[in-house]
Amino acid sequence: MSQFLPEFLHSYIPTTIQLVYLIATGFFIVGIKRLGSPATARSGNQLASFGMFLGVVVTLFDQEIISFEFIIAGVLIGALLGATAAKKVQMTAMPEMVAVFNGFGGGASALVAWGEFTRLDPSLFDTQSLITIGLSILIGSITFTGSFIAFGKLKGFIGGGRIALPGQNNINLILTAIALVLVGWFTYDPEYQVVFWSLFGLALLIGVLTVLPIGGADMPVVISLLNSYSGIAAAMAGFVLDNNLLIISGTLVGAAGLILTNIMCKAMNRTLPNVLFGSFADGPAGGPETSDSDKSIQQTFADDVAIQCAYAKKVVVTPGYGLAVAQAQHVLKEVANLLEERGVEVKYGIHPVAGRMPGHMNVLLAEADVPYDQLKDMDEINPEFPSTDVVLIIGANDVVNPAAKTSPGSPIYGMPILNVDEAKRTIVFKRSMSPGYAGIDNDLFYSDKNQMFFGDAKKSLQELASAIKELD
Amino acid sequence: MEDLIFNLFIFVLAAFVGFELISKVPPTLHTPLMSGANAISGITLIGALIIAGGSGNLYAQWIGFAAIVFATINVVGGFMVTDRMLEMFKKKEDDQ
Repeated sequence: MSQFLPEFLHSYIPTTIQLVYLIATGFFIVGIKRLGSPATARSGNQLASFGMFLGVVVTLFDQEIISFEFIIAGVLIGALLGATAAKKVQMTAMPEMVAVFNGFGGGASALVAWGEFTRLDPSLFDTQSLITIGLSILIGSITFTGSFIAFGKLKGFIGGGRIALPGQNNINLILTAIALVLVGWFTYDPEYQVVFWSLFGLALLIGVLTVLPIGGADMPVVISLLNSYSGIAAAMAGFVLDNNLLIISGTLVGAAGLILTNIMCKAMNRTLPNVLFGSFADGPAGGPETSDSDKSIQQTFADDVAIQCAYAKKVVVTPGYGLAVAQAQHVLKEVANLLEERGVEVKYGIHPVAGRMPGHMNVLLAEADVPYDQLKDMDEINPEFPSTDVVLIIGANDVVNPAAKTSPGSPIYGMPILNVDEAKRTIVFKRSMSPGYAGIDNDLFYSDKNQMFFGDAKKSLQELASAIKELD
Repeated sequence: MEDLIFNLFIFVLAAFVGFELISKVPPTLHTPLMSGANAISGITLIGALIIAGGSGNLYAQWIGFAAIVFATINVVGGFMVTDRMLEMFKKKEDDQ
């Protein structure tokens, strides 16, 4: 849009653009900072989006930009699609949504690098640009296909369990090594089309192959990692274009994603390579069939649960992915309200990896108007279990499995869990006796203190709500 | 080469800032944080603008167009959905 400005201003444009980029960077940093606390989070997000707006608008004045048809059409289409998706998505489907947005972001960075490479004569690029073009395409494409596979797994289009060829991990490592060699080759001989296309295709394939084998329960880690990748891809695109705003913002996101990934891994007591390359299924999974005969469970029903909860002093709810699947957060809140009216203290104990993305349960419960001071982290709630009368375990399984503490042979041994077994009574809301994502039997179910309430979580909670009402 | 070194400086410093910014976020905010950060990674949009609107062949412009669509979905969708989530967190504070 520089052509609309008076001639004498033209010489100031490049500097002005850079200064506005600097301001936008400030908005991003302060925005992310403010996202770190519940009270300021919303304004943080707004600041960041304003920074983005500034960056985009000022870029339109870049003298390199001479035509606007593609820009206007692209922004309109993208904004329409993005806004519709953002408005329509249900809170329970948030992990899928983030995965999709993330995939588009990574894809865009790969496209930017490809576009820049196509736009100019290959001989114009120096080594730095070529390396970063290669890396941008590599990381961006992996993010793109990886995110969509993650989306498919979360949606259930693709099997949630482990889908892998024998030796899949070695295959992935070899393919990644080949891809890096191709980046090097591309840098050396950018005009050789075969190398460029092989790199692109291979990167897309690696995204598919690395995410496909990862089980559903590990999705929080994967999404978090892919989020980090998309930031790094944007930073690489920034290297290609020599654009500081891209480098800084992309790197901020990349670093943030890595930290979150690390938090997730710690919560599961696993290392990142173990999540990516290992699998619960590889471990010595003591099959549930082997010893079923000598264990018995107690089954319970709504009326009984209602009485136990209504006459309890303290009830703790530990939700898991099953709550999201059943869309039961609102009914849960209703049950909690009924109990609170009767003077029962209700708290929510949330495991860091409950659900399919970090903080998934918190968002769901927030949607149902649960005040966030009732949402307790694992470290906060664990000391409270011994004084808890009833724990309602809704759609959670592995995060409450005592095997993590007691049986060194178990694949989840060492994972910090919610110590629900210390409470006086646990009630598990579950569809059936099938094991959780980790595919491990849960001894909690057979405990004397435990009762099973079978059925869809939403239906069971509705029954429970009416049973509590009838107590009056 | 000087450009590369300069850019690397920025890259490394930004990484440190990123680590510092995120390390103390309560788990309640992990999802919004991730989706907000995700929207910011759509910053690649400004690169896409230059390619779609710049001089160069039509082929490159079409690639730029696709990049704009992708990045805008990421940016607009990401910020809006984050706002939707945070709005819910906010409401509780007013209640209390």
